[in-house]
Amino acid sequence: MEFALWYLGLAAAFGLFMAWGIGANDVANAMATSVGSKALTIKQAILVAAVFEFAGAFLAGGQVTSTIRKGIIDASQVENNPELLIFGMLAALLAAAVWLLIASSRGWPVSTTHSIIGAIVGFAVVGIGVESVHWAKIATIAASWVVSPILSGFLAFFIFMSVQKLILSTDDPLKNARKYIPFYIFAVGFILSLVTLLKGLKHIGLDLTTGQSLMVAVGSGIITMAIGIAAIKRIKFTPDEDVDFRFTNVEKIFGILMVFTACGMAFAHGSNDVANAIGPVAAIVSIVKTGVVAQKSELATWILLLGAVGIVLGLATYGWRVIRTVGRNITELTPSRGFAAELAAASTVVIASGTGIPISTTHTLVGAVLGVGIARGIGAINLRVVRNIMLSWVVTLPAGAILSILFFFLLKGIFYTGPEI
Amino acid sequence: MTGSYLSGIFGSSPVRPLQEHMEKVVSCVSELIPFTDAVLAGDEQSRSRHHQNIIAMEKEADTLKKELRLQLPSSLFMPIDRRDVLEVLTMQDLVAGGARDVAGLISGRNMRFPESMSSNYMALVQRCNDACAQAYIAIKELDELIETGFGKTERERVGGLLHELDEIEQDTDEQQVVLRHELFKLEDELHPVNVMFLYKIIDNTGGIADRAQRVGSRLQLMLAR
Repeated sequence: MEFALWYLGLAAAFGLFMAWGIGANDVANAMATSVGSKALTIKQAILVAAVFEFAGAFLAGGQVTSTIRKGIIDASQVENNPELLIFGMLAALLAAAVWLLIASSRGWPVSTTHSIIGAIVGFAVVGIGVESVHWAKIATIAASWVVSPILSGFLAFFIFMSVQKLILSTDDPLKNARKYIPFYIFAVGFILSLVTLLKGLKHIGLDLTTGQSLMVAVGSGIITMAIGIAAIKRIKFTPDEDVDFRFTNVEKIFGILMVFTACGMAFAHGSNDVANAIGPVAAIVSIVKTGVVAQKSELATWILLLGAVGIVLGLATYGWRVIRTVGRNITELTPSRGFAAELAAASTVVIASGTGIPISTTHTLVGAVLGVGIARGIGAINLRVVRNIMLSWVVTLPAGAILSILFFFLLKGIFYTGPEI
Repeated sequence: MTGSYLSGIFGSSPVRPLQEHMEKVVSCVSELIPFTDAVLAGDEQSRSRHHQNIIAMEKEADTLKKELRLQLPSSLFMPIDRRDVLEVLTMQDLVAGGARDVAGLISGRNMRFPESMSSNYMALVQRCNDACAQAYIAIKELDELIETGFGKTERERVGGLLHELDEIEQDTDEQQVVLRHELFKLEDELHPVNVMFLYKIIDNTGGIADRAQRVGSRLQLMLAR
């Protein structure tokens, strides 16, 4: 391939740019609830985000990456012209990144996931052909965009109801909070590690059976719980503060719990959204390396690393400011409901990551918040936001597609050396 | 560049403004106590000062009411019915209005109370003030209600507070009966127009507790949903 090095360089650059954008903008949505409910300070949130976004992306980002890399486009259509796929993936990356930049600078509600899927489908339909898209897979993904917020809403509803039954609506909420919250902390550690382990950590040389995974997950749940219990012991309870609002001290314990769900949220976000940046990169790299559209090749670890580093870079250079802004605007959320929303959303996203389905973390979180609201747990929810999400669907998919088509023909015009098509 | 629409999902809850409004209403009603003191002592200067305070606070409450009404778009999804919020608000506002009317009537007609009725009337004013304070305590529980997702324990707690409110209101009813009876005995000695207005003042004063109780009933409706 004549321009192989060019392709690799561009892919890495665009992928890094996209990952940077995710870190700069998208991470804020995952972290802001924790900052808003004052479970984390802004500095702690950045630290948590950096560590767990990285871990999520690196450890559990492989499945969704593989979907974006080879699950959407039927590569047999371009066997004779693998370069077309390279142009397409480069164009999709650039399109999604540019669209995100435009949209978020205007404050429009957009989803990175929707942008990249729209962009990939866009170039594939116009540049290769309608039959080159795995429409069944696209249908699954689109359905999951509807299902994931609903599922996480249900989860949040039931989590909050359980908290109400076990802790808040009892005669001694403080005692029950001390008693039951460690189990929720266990759940956070258990679910996250289980899904990650089940989907395999082969790329870091860890290959466990289901039974072993289960045991390790229980172990990591217990360790998480132990850390949580130690943290709860360190809280200073001041009965004076309960005069004005009787749940001030109970909320402090939920604050500890929310530190854990915040970690989970960052992990989940990293595991699902890193693929939006590195999925196309992975596709390009495997074509360049083998010269053909390989469907079986393993995902190179350095690509995952690229995405993870990009996200943390975005967070460090710009994302922390967005977290601060968004967090400041969320004042109505106390840790007891923030945690319910985060645990529900993180679980849903991690399951999607394990299944290899790219979903929108933010939409899932919005669904979870609505779930808590339906359980009568939140003072006021602005339903216009739900309408805006619908709008973001209608606008983002075609916008990503159109930009991607433009970039595709631009790149093809510059680099294409193959036969006329 | 904010880049996030997540923060937009949290609308501003009407709970705090509702509580602030009631706080203002309670301080307006509590001004009736020094006001009545001044009336009974015949201290016109002090009476007029407290009357002005009552008018000012009633106005402030009115402004708060209008502000809250404006920030309750129907696109808000709340654990309490929007209509219930507005009705509690209206009822709270009527409590302050009641205090203003009583003070206005007494000041406007430069009224005096027969010596024998003074202490009983003062007791009625104080009990009405208790009723408002109790309604405010119940309204302050809205935070805890939402915190617990309207859990059973908390609903029962508020139910208990409202029960106390009912009892206070019943006290004021009985006090009114006694006052009317006293006034009836004095009717022949007093100017008929004064008698008429004294009945009206007893009525209006008792009406304050009545309205406070209705704030409670509206709150009860919110819980029942």
